[in-house]
Amino acid sequence: MEIFQTIANMTGAALAQHVANGISLGSLYALIAIGYTMVYGILLMINFAHGDIVMMACYFAYFGIAVFNLPWYITVVVTVVLTALLGALIERTAYRPLRDAPKNSVLISAIGASFLLENLANYLFSGRPKRFPRIPILEQNVSLGSVQIQVISFVIPVVTILGLLILLHIVNHTKTGMAMRAVSKDYEIARVMGINIDNVISATFMIGSALAAVGAFMWGVKYPGITPMMGVMPGLKCFIAAVIGGIGNIKGAVLGGFILGMGEIMIVAFFPQLSGYRDAFAFIVLIVILFYKPTGLMGEKLMEKV
Amino acid sequence: MLKVDNLVVSYGGIEALKGISLEVPDGEIVTIIGANGAGKSTLLRSIIGLVKTKSGSIKYNEKELTGLNSQAIVAQGISLVPEGRRVFPNLSVLENLQIGAYMRKDSAGIQKDIEAIYEKFPRLQERNWQMAGTLSGGEQQMLAVGRAMMSRPKLLLMDEPSLGLAPLIIKNIFTIIQQLNKEGITVLLIEQNANMALKVAHRAYVLETGNITMTGTGKELLENPQIAAAYLGRKKHKKN
Repeated sequence: MEIFQTIANMTGAALAQHVANGISLGSLYALIAIGYTMVYGILLMINFAHGDIVMMACYFAYFGIAVFNLPWYITVVVTVVLTALLGALIERTAYRPLRDAPKNSVLISAIGASFLLENLANYLFSGRPKRFPRIPILEQNVSLGSVQIQVISFVIPVVTILGLLILLHIVNHTKTGMAMRAVSKDYEIARVMGINIDNVISATFMIGSALAAVGAFMWGVKYPGITPMMGVMPGLKCFIAAVIGGIGNIKGAVLGGFILGMGEIMIVAFFPQLSGYRDAFAFIVLIVILFYKPTGLMGEKLMEKV
Repeated sequence: MLKVDNLVVSYGGIEALKGISLEVPDGEIVTIIGANGAGKSTLLRSIIGLVKTKSGSIKYNEKELTGLNSQAIVAQGISLVPEGRRVFPNLSVLENLQIGAYMRKDSAGIQKDIEAIYEKFPRLQERNWQMAGTLSGGEQQMLAVGRAMMSRPKLLLMDEPSLGLAPLIIKNIFTIIQQLNKEGITVLLIEQNANMALKVAHRAYVLETGNITMTGTGKELLENPQIAAAYLGRKKHKKN
């Protein structure tokens, strides 16, 4: 059959290339999905603006390198800081005033925040795609035998795993993390313990946005076209990744991200004639998972809910 | 120590507390008994700042508490053991105690207090690393008390600590309350288990649909035939 023909024709080198691509894309999804899952864990809401935060981070990086001529590694730091502040600002202005409002109002406010960012970017930066600045050291190829792989494809999974480890350390072994877990279960009693809920929620948004910024930077290096609407599709897919993994569960979000990224790349690799349905893959997986395991793959035990 | 004066609290136009006044003197156990919906929990929730008051005042050592947020109130030395325990199920026993000391900075002192609580409740030490959600009801209640003690309160507010627990454990809890009181902690105890509460209380108030209808020492109320009929399950004509 056709599929087997495709697989048979595929050389080891091509397969390795696809796997590397799948791992990178999966890692990027994972980094962004963590932000969705953390916010959901603590506020029980979907932060629809999260994908647009990724987009804004790409523009921050673009301006840092292309306009202000900062070295790329300093730009990473600046981007992370600015994006974290942006995340906190959105929480402060769009979600905090609705803390005691019904969940639906917050959800609508999130959609509003998303549209605002998209249109603001369109107005400020124009809708014309910009090219993410070249960073030769990350874009150069290294050869592994007969396989040529970009440095960034190695950097992405390493940074993702590092980010995950740091995050898990914060959540499980620091006072702030303990407060996050407490707030995610019981606002009122957390308050009675003397925890400032607003600060904890701000911290959650900042951490989620900072991880998204790291993801956005690497996204830009790997997929250099940046536009005001670029955050929509990845945002949607990363939300799906978080749901697949079990929303509220950080490790689940990472797992979901990898499943989607890997699946998407493999579909294109093995079924080139289906590559037009590439974006549909995430939604099909979502439907199947929701059908058989509505709580998501790791959603059963909610120990790690943040 | 705590003085509530003419306190009115309303939820969406319905007055849950209709201007009540009461006093909790330093070093005593004061209990408030009353039926479901009398406004007992509302009173505690307004003292700790979880409910906005409409009018009246709550003074703690002459300092006005109304209008302050929970954080500021807890910092004054008030701590709550909430109704239904409400330990953090996703935190370990140890973390639940640590979070009780969230506002404290003296890690050596915190460590010492944790050890003291483990000494008082050896069962908690055995379950040190277990998630609090896996504990039994009695163990959770001990944890809730331990957690409240971790902020080193001078005034402990307890909301129905006997709720849903086996008689033997209830007895245990009341022994603990008396013990804490002997160690110098003032207790404001809310109970439906009027019999037990009145036995340990120095002073008691009866709360009925938002009004205080009776007050006296624990012993007085225990012997009052009206109370006996309404709250202690004893009929007035039981004597014969």
